[in-house]
Amino acid sequence: MTTLTDNTLPVTPRAMRDEMIVFVVMALLLAAVPFTGVYPFFVMQALCFALLACAFNLLVGYGGLLSFGHAMFLGTAGYCSAHALKVWALPPELGILVGIAAAFVLSIVTGYISIRRQGIYFSMITLALSQLLYFIYLQAPFTHGEDGIQGIPQGHLFGIFDLSKPTVLYYVVLVGFLAGFLLIFRIINSPFGEVLKAIRENEPRAISLGYRTDQYKFLAFVLSGTLAGFAGALKVFVAQNASLTDVHWSMSGEVVLMTLVGGLGTIFGPVVGAFVIIAMQQYLAGFGQWVTVIQGSIFVICVLTFRRGVIGEIAHYFRRSL
Amino acid sequence: MQALYAQLLVGLINGSFYALLSLGLAVIFGMLNIINFAHGALYMMGAFVAYFLLNIGGINYWWALLLAPIIVGIFGMILERTMLQWLTGLDHLYGLLLTFGIALIVQGVFQNYFGSSGLPYAIPDQLRGGMNLGFMFLPVYRGWVVVFSLIVCLATWFLIEKTQLGAYLRAATENPTLVRAFGINVPRMITLTYGLGVGLAALAGVLSAPINQVRPLMGADLIIVVFAVVVIGGMGSIMGSIITGFALGVIEGLTKYFYPEASNTVVFVLMVLVLLVKPTGLTGRAA
Repeated sequence: MTTLTDNTLPVTPRAMRDEMIVFVVMALLLAAVPFTGVYPFFVMQALCFALLACAFNLLVGYGGLLSFGHAMFLGTAGYCSAHALKVWALPPELGILVGIAAAFVLSIVTGYISIRRQGIYFSMITLALSQLLYFIYLQAPFTHGEDGIQGIPQGHLFGIFDLSKPTVLYYVVLVGFLAGFLLIFRIINSPFGEVLKAIRENEPRAISLGYRTDQYKFLAFVLSGTLAGFAGALKVFVAQNASLTDVHWSMSGEVVLMTLVGGLGTIFGPVVGAFVIIAMQQYLAGFGQWVTVIQGSIFVICVLTFRRGVIGEIAHYFRRSL
Repeated sequence: MQALYAQLLVGLINGSFYALLSLGLAVIFGMLNIINFAHGALYMMGAFVAYFLLNIGGINYWWALLLAPIIVGIFGMILERTMLQWLTGLDHLYGLLLTFGIALIVQGVFQNYFGSSGLPYAIPDQLRGGMNLGFMFLPVYRGWVVVFSLIVCLATWFLIEKTQLGAYLRAATENPTLVRAFGINVPRMITLTYGLGVGLAALAGVLSAPINQVRPLMGADLIIVVFAVVVIGGMGSIMGSIITGFALGVIEGLTKYFYPEASNTVVFVLMVLVLLVKPTGLTGRAA
């Protein structure tokens, strides 16, 4: 059977070294952004989506589980953080924690339900669950329905960092992104990550070796959902609102697209994919619904001719792990 | 009581669409091993083709009922020949991603030209008006949709389960290589199967045009509910898809009467309950 990705090479000291070098280069480039005159809001937004895509990739690229409902974690964490910041007037650090905790609880519940089926059914179940949440948020009073939660105060992180200053906010978001990215990187290269890859390649064999694969998949789901929630909580500070678009199925589709473009099962692919897709939306904003058509075309082209994605192709060409 | 019967009727109509769509999904999945995410977009195309036929060609509803499924079915077969067939042997998830992309393209193009508002499609003269059944007032068109959908569903079941062609189809689902060795053109059968499934979706679109108006996104949310229906019913049996589709429509209608706030979510909640109690779905085999 052909598996979803053939991108990963075995973990060797050389592969780890390559990946660390690329990571340092990426961190330095991102840290230099405020000095280059690039619009920081755009990069912050892209970083939030990059973290979301990396969390999604942990599940699909390494666990082989294609979730079509990852927007539910983004949106739930966003709504809960926004509510905590605005209505309960909590400081930013606690607001983020509330969002992460909400996504953690949600991922335990939805993971318990959806992990019962595999493959194509898993995708349909996660999509249906996120649609269920969409309708709940549409009707729940605290989300303010179509209006969403607007004008969220940014406040001072730990009482020191003034998040209403764009540069300060940028570095806070960057540190949050890098921390989340390193955690995912660590998970992928841990023994746990190796077992996940084994399950993706051949689940019956992993079971016969004595692994309780359901527990591994469940844990991967919870980790992925919680980290996606972290991205949602960070996004609240950038966008200063929480709305229904973040829970909509089209958002889940965009996350899939970002990861697919960058490269399923590659470490840096989702980051590249997120920047590509967000930049595309930014520049094509004036074209109305043609953006949807272009996104659909990218899906088709990627699936038919470009299944490794940008980073996957580069890694394959140089025979490196990226 | 009038309101209860009215909601039951709405439930039966939605159930007809669920049944026609999940039936098509099941047929396609059996042959192609693909979950057709474009099913909702093709359902929408069926409604639009009927609209174009009437407003540009002056072709009435009855011909549209025949022509729209054929036109959309041919479009589907072109999709299968040019794109889907290249996914043979790859992970099932790529089929989902590819058809999701196709759905985005189709819906995006229609949204560009027709916005998000609905276009009216008149009920044909022969089906206007209503009947007083004593306990309720039945609009003729709505009754027609339920009866006609049921007939089409049963005909499809008969075609697949009871005819020679259906026997080839089921054999090719089990073991395509062996069936090819008997001299049957399996790739052509796969193309026709996709056309059949897509045609059923388009037919549902034509039926729904006079009731729900013709909108570019009319299939986008519907397909997610149909996915939940498919998870509940399982894709193992044709009759199972039909019964689950109608049953869930009725349950949704009842919810609209007794607890309207939950009418959008009841199918998804039922899906969760079924997964907790019987993870393989009501009629499905382990997958």
